[in-house]
Amino acid sequence: MLSRVGPWIVVLVMMLAAMAPASAAAQSGPIKVGLLVPLTGGASALGKDMLNGTELYLDEINRQVGNRKIELIVEDTEGVTATALTKARKLVDQDHVAILTGGLLASTGYALHPFADAARIPTTYPVMSSDDLTQRKPARWVVRTGWNSSQSMHPFGEWVAKNLKYKKIVTVGFDYAFGWETVGGFQRTFEEQGGQIIQKIWTPLNTADFSPFIAQVKPEADAVFAVFFGRGSLQFVKQYAELGLKAKVPLIGNGTLTDESVLPQMGDEALGVYTALHYSAALDNPANRKYAKAFEAKAGKVPSYYAETCYTNMRWIVEAIKAINGKVEDREAFLAALKKVELKDFPRGPVVIDKWGNPIQNIYVRKVERVGGQLHNSVIFTYPAVSQFWKYNPDEFLKMPLYTRDYPACKYC
Amino acid sequence: MIGRRALLAAIVVGVLAALGPLLPAYPLTLITQALIFGILAMSLDVLLGYTGLPSLGQAAYFGVAAYAVALLATERQVGLVGCAAAGIGLAAVTAAVFGFVAIRARGTYFLMITLALGMVMWGLAFRWVSLTKGDNGVSGVPRPELGALSLSAPLPFFYFTLAAAAVSWALLGLLVTSPFGLGLKGIRGSESRMAALGYNVWLHKYLAFVIAGVFAGLAGVLWAYYNGFVGPTDVQLVTSVEALLMTALGGPGTLIGPVLGAGVIVFLKNFVSVYTKRWLLILGAVYIGVILFAPQGIVGALRRARR
Repeated sequence: MLSRVGPWIVVLVMMLAAMAPASAAAQSGPIKVGLLVPLTGGASALGKDMLNGTELYLDEINRQVGNRKIELIVEDTEGVTATALTKARKLVDQDHVAILTGGLLASTGYALHPFADAARIPTTYPVMSSDDLTQRKPARWVVRTGWNSSQSMHPFGEWVAKNLKYKKIVTVGFDYAFGWETVGGFQRTFEEQGGQIIQKIWTPLNTADFSPFIAQVKPEADAVFAVFFGRGSLQFVKQYAELGLKAKVPLIGNGTLTDESVLPQMGDEALGVYTALHYSAALDNPANRKYAKAFEAKAGKVPSYYAETCYTNMRWIVEAIKAINGKVEDREAFLAALKKVELKDFPRGPVVIDKWGNPIQNIYVRKVERVGGQLHNSVIFTYPAVSQFWKYNPDEFLKMPLYTRDYPACKYC
Repeated sequence: MIGRRALLAAIVVGVLAALGPLLPAYPLTLITQALIFGILAMSLDVLLGYTGLPSLGQAAYFGVAAYAVALLATERQVGLVGCAAAGIGLAAVTAAVFGFVAIRARGTYFLMITLALGMVMWGLAFRWVSLTKGDNGVSGVPRPELGALSLSAPLPFFYFTLAAAAVSWALLGLLVTSPFGLGLKGIRGSESRMAALGYNVWLHKYLAFVIAGVFAGLAGVLWAYYNGFVGPTDVQLVTSVEALLMTALGGPGTLIGPVLGAGVIVFLKNFVSVYTKRWLLILGAVYIGVILFAPQGIVGALRRARR
């Protein structure tokens, strides 16, 4: 009988042995930072920028704060929410990290915050921009060091209506939280300035061919507003030009459409596209000049917003650790310190956290131009200190529903 | 034979149960995950291993049940029994409907039809935004309570899952050794001969299909509670393919093989990835190795080695 069961037990024991945990973290040992990034799958290029940005800052401080080392533990999320949750559990339960950070998709942001709140683990979101986490469904243990989806679009909608004088716009975007919230923010302010959104087209997250969607664009549009990132941006901008629409209907979009994570792989098809974001690699301030140079030396490419936000995020975490003298084991104090960080000299400009946990920061309107043979997001207008509520009264803003697929309604469709 | 199987089952379940309290939280959650996928792979094994029907749509029933649980638990605060009944029931109904379409086909055509039906479910999960919340998925599913006992900590939930997996294993074990199960094996061997012997081949296949759907549904119920999140990726082709790989890797037609396959894949995905970014390469190499050297899967190879 034993010969029958023997191999089973051997296999089982071997698997369990490999699962044995690392020794528990000592109080004075290294401070462990758990970073969730997509290193495989369609968003791996973004994940690499996120990792490089984080490491760049850690290298600058020699991975040391006071007398404690900082240990970065990186986990691959494959850009899939379910995997991100599994890996978050691993970082907290197995590695006993002091803080959780990273993550890509806004939908992952919504799925991860109940976990962070239940595990009572200080968490920062440098990228995940799910609006409601700093609005109607505040997550107690999450501090946003990046942005939220509609934040840069409120000023952009107004700017487009006033300066580009477009009257009728068709929106195209990824069919999930980030796409909905981005389009929603843009639509609201654009229509308040007298513009009309005449059609909303939604595409699946993993769309490889956009031509059937581009073909639906109503011909009377003055411009097309697109919300994509990563591989989607590359493919959409390319196909939009190839199908001959770019010459007839100008293309504008959210910041990630021409972000530096994809811009180096683009060609003339991207020229002249207007976008808005809280960062551009072309920003001309001393902190960004220094940062961009260091990043290029490390990664061999221009920094994208993903890289900047993760660099800034890491610095943010370190500032908070300094503020509590490295005593990250007091999670409440660590969380409170994270919410208090206030610095003027980030590459993206000055940042302050509002009462709801979202950064108040500059929003830059950018235009893709060719400078010295390379494509740049030239900054053509700056809205200083933009809050997630734009010019609206926060209490009244929060009474409205969250921007979704059907809100604001498409009145002119 | 049944005595030996039961003994083996008791030993494996006993070892796992005894190890539970000794393990730290994370490995425990991973074993829980492996057991959930083990149930899914076992359900597929009834089709692939015993009936000879390679299905590429097993995630459909898994996903339907998971969505049912997630939506009922978050929006209606329905308890464990209600959620589980609704999830498994919906999975059974879905399988019963899809079975009518799929069972008519054989071989590659069966593969294609189950694939297409699986994609229909994915499409619903993704496009029916008002119900499923689209690509956002449904998050914040609370762990259930079993009477007065909360299953929110890793250990109780592990025992709950282990019990579900053990019961599934026992029930499916009884099923495949029953006259009905032998009929399925006969169909796998030669459909026309079974028909000539007077067996209702269609009904055998149809029932196997629905039963497989029921157990996939059970796995889906557990998954929704385990992960606290259900999204279109859970219904996607990738999940179906993964279940198929787990079954093929562990050894089709053995029941325990697919559970082992699920364990190996969950283990590779979550532990090898800590040490190398190239973990997909290792996973691929394992698949190729198994196909080349152990076409009957790990358990098949072990059994042959013993003979």
